[in-house]
Amino acid sequence: MTQTTPDAPVRRQRAQVKVRTLRTDRWWLVPLLTFLGLSSFLVYGIWAIIDNSYFVDPYIAPFASPCLATSCPEGARLFGWAPFGDWYALPPGLLILGLPGGFRLTCYYYRKSYYRSFWLSPPACAVQEPHGKYTGERRFPLILQNIHRYFFYAAIVIGLILAYDAVLALVHKPTGLGTWILVVNAVLINAYTLSCHSCRHITAGRLNHFSRHPLRYRAWTFVSKLNAKHQPLAWASMFSVMGADLYVRLVAKGIIAFPYA
Amino acid sequence: MSYKAKFKVWRGEGGEGRLEDFTVEVNEGEVVLDIIHRLQATQAPDLAVRWNCKAGKCGSCSMEINGKPRLGCMTRMSTFSEDETITVTPMRTFPVIKDLVTDVSYNYQKAREVPSFTPPSGVQPGEYRMQQIDVERSQEFRKCIECFMCNNVCHVIRDHEENKTNFSGPRFLMRIAELDMHPYDVADRQEAAQEEHGLGYCNITKCCTEVCPEHIKITDNALIPMKERVVDRKYDPLVWLGNKIFRRK
Repeated sequence: MTQTTPDAPVRRQRAQVKVRTLRTDRWWLVPLLTFLGLSSFLVYGIWAIIDNSYFVDPYIAPFASPCLATSCPEGARLFGWAPFGDWYALPPGLLILGLPGGFRLTCYYYRKSYYRSFWLSPPACAVQEPHGKYTGERRFPLILQNIHRYFFYAAIVIGLILAYDAVLALVHKPTGLGTWILVVNAVLINAYTLSCHSCRHITAGRLNHFSRHPLRYRAWTFVSKLNAKHQPLAWASMFSVMGADLYVRLVAKGIIAFPYA
Repeated sequence: MSYKAKFKVWRGEGGEGRLEDFTVEVNEGEVVLDIIHRLQATQAPDLAVRWNCKAGKCGSCSMEINGKPRLGCMTRMSTFSEDETITVTPMRTFPVIKDLVTDVSYNYQKAREVPSFTPPSGVQPGEYRMQQIDVERSQEFRKCIECFMCNNVCHVIRDHEENKTNFSGPRFLMRIAELDMHPYDVADRQEAAQEEHGLGYCNITKCCTEVCPEHIKITDNALIPMKERVVDRKYDPLVWLGNKIFRRK
């Protein structure tokens, strides 16, 4: 029998298996579905930015809220404000979509999903990635993922505004289908925002003595339970915000026009 | 009820080797490690495999079964169909000694590089007083059986051998998180996690969590919290300012 020492070159070699993976299951299905899901969100978002049918009283499309320019219909403005005045002529969605968009772009769950499905790094566990070099999130631009918590703060504000929009719709048109679509969307968006890993860290995750901060510990426990559902909440809120936005635009365009719309 | 199963098992020394075909008897209730032992007993007496407890607690029989990192002793044959060819290979990230046995000394080297528990000066062993809620977070990580499948599956070193020098892998980043969260540990773990153990390489694709036989939430409970602590320390100006104003450590 051949004897090898730890320093022998032969002991430093891995098994030379020539295929990318020996997995026999459909490992490619999840990254493919993720790619299609995230791509549809991107395409819809671009269309929603340039589409002007974002308001029909009392509904405002989530992708255009808050509306902060004079070009917005008066009923669509948050508290009647138009801080950007009449010089701003671009679509109102452009002003704010960067904030929730940045929140999702830097979200720990979405990072996993697009690193796998778009960048194939790796496409699935134990499937070889196609890149020759890998430096992770240590260098520009990926080091910017570390600003996730700032997008989280902004997303909290956006979530509250969407909840306010839903309450306004509830007050003015409680029997409208659109009202309840906006309510469900506001609940899902806020649940997704609160389930964020940065939120979990800020509540008490950064502490080493939970026992000295009982209230923060209780908040952390609650957020941790939500955090365990971060992935399903990410998808549910993504589809709910697209669905709610599309619904309002279709009502605004007159394509949906039944009495309780 | 027994049947004949088709197996492909990687045989060889060092990196050189090939997949060899076997047809072997499988009985009800058996696991993959049982089949490997039957191969040793009946067809390939020199087939090398590392094993010990056969109960999923020693972490010795880590291997790749149909391309997935698994414990041989915890992978039931009933999870495969009878006409399926089952491929068994050694862990891909580590050098092969012989057949299914790999040299996992990389992990022991990385373990040595993590400074041990460091209590504050003046506190003697026996004087530690901690609430259960303060330590239960770290206790999850103590379930680790050191099978090293998380380090094996992590693409940072699995697909990029050159990163082994700078990256300690999920197993030891979890160890650092465990110590950093300990109420009585005073060592500077955050700077070391980022600069010496390569936390920044992790792109949180969660494969370590997926393969953990102890179901430890490595990514959500260790790596991401550690990344957030590093953000506090290195990348968040507001936290830095707050620490200066309130003189927090």
